[in-house]
Amino acid sequence: MTALRAQSLGKKYKRRWALTGCTLDVPAGHVTGLVGPNGAGKSTLLNLAAGMLRPTTGTIEVCGGVPGSGPAQLAKVGFVAQNTPVYAGLTVDEHLRLGAHLNPSWDDALARRRVAGLGLDTAQQAGKLSGGQRAQLALTLGIAKRPELLLLDEPVAALDPLARRDFLADLMETVAEHGLSVVLSSHLVSDLERVCDHLIVLVESQVRITGEVEGLLATHHRLSGSRRDLDTLPADQHVVSASHTDRQTTVLVRTEAPILDPGWTVGRLTLEDLVLAYMSNPTAARPALEVLR
Amino acid sequence: MIEFHLDGGSGLSPYQQLVRQVRHALRLGLLHEGDQLPKVKDVVAALAINPNTVLKAYRELEHDGLVAARPGVGTFVTATLGGGGSLAALGPLRQDLRRWLGKARRAGLDEESIEALFLSTFRSAAREDIA
Repeated sequence: MTALRAQSLGKKYKRRWALTGCTLDVPAGHVTGLVGPNGAGKSTLLNLAAGMLRPTTGTIEVCGGVPGSGPAQLAKVGFVAQNTPVYAGLTVDEHLRLGAHLNPSWDDALARRRVAGLGLDTAQQAGKLSGGQRAQLALTLGIAKRPELLLLDEPVAALDPLARRDFLADLMETVAEHGLSVVLSSHLVSDLERVCDHLIVLVESQVRITGEVEGLLATHHRLSGSRRDLDTLPADQHVVSASHTDRQTTVLVRTEAPILDPGWTVGRLTLEDLVLAYMSNPTAARPALEVLR
Repeated sequence: MIEFHLDGGSGLSPYQQLVRQVRHALRLGLLHEGDQLPKVKDVVAALAINPNTVLKAYRELEHDGLVAARPGVGTFVTATLGGGGSLAALGPLRQDLRRWLGKARRAGLDEESIEALFLSTFRSAAREDIA
């Protein structure tokens, strides 16, 4: 089962390519983190998946259909765009009634239970809610629609650490309960470390690396040792980044094989280390690496 | 019932930490046969982590024969680790370790050096066992 599949997907705004040569396969039932610097194409990819934009090149398929191709397809996908979009002038209750009116598979009991659980006053205008409450209201609308795939664009960017934690805990609880797939973008990797089991790193409009988080962490190593030439590394070790001092060499490599050279001290990477290494060493000429497990 | 926590600086992935915490609780007698592990949904809500992480940890424990999932009910402990024999051995071992720690301090090692020495010896011994 595939939640999202893209083949050579590209999107051009007037003269600028926001996304090029994007080939992806996101399995269903996973929480996928979409990371990259600002302007890397994260929002463009999510908007293409939601059917808000049309591709310039290539194809994209979401839950087995073309994004935005009809009512059945629209019902399968929930999308919460950037900056927690709610209608400032409408009350919480009016948001829920609007949701019920627009979505055939609307789960009103779920929506009301969540709103009550969050302690939101249903008579309050959305514009008067705090940032955290607005984000939770937007998430409630996305969840109560009961989609197969929920797309979230920077859902926690504007939240304080506590609200961010609550939001992510709620989101994970929903995933556990309903088994839906989630793709969420963020430039805060530390937020994603716990919640994502799948990762897409976008840099300069291209997919730099994608795969299962556990697999990515198991195949990347930080090696440090006395200074040496990188040409001496085994052929199966792909260098992601390297730095040298007058006597020391530190390299970040990707390899399926174990590190056997006793001259290296082998360090484990966090997801943040890995993402930062790929983000700060954009080699556009190199094709995207796919790690499959 | 035990409560999980995650340590960002442990160098272990979240799933490995969960597995280790259950094994640890079994070894120390905090969990007994028949005890229920926290429900996936509750762990997810408490730690804000991916449900697949918890499921993966529980599957591994199940594969090791330590727990069993009863569909719709929960996951229960089915075996103890080490059993009574090794629990009884803990006391003397701890005393040995205390004595060794005293020796290390008298030799002038500070806490950091003791930890580094212990970990490096532990790791090299573990590597030799594998090789």
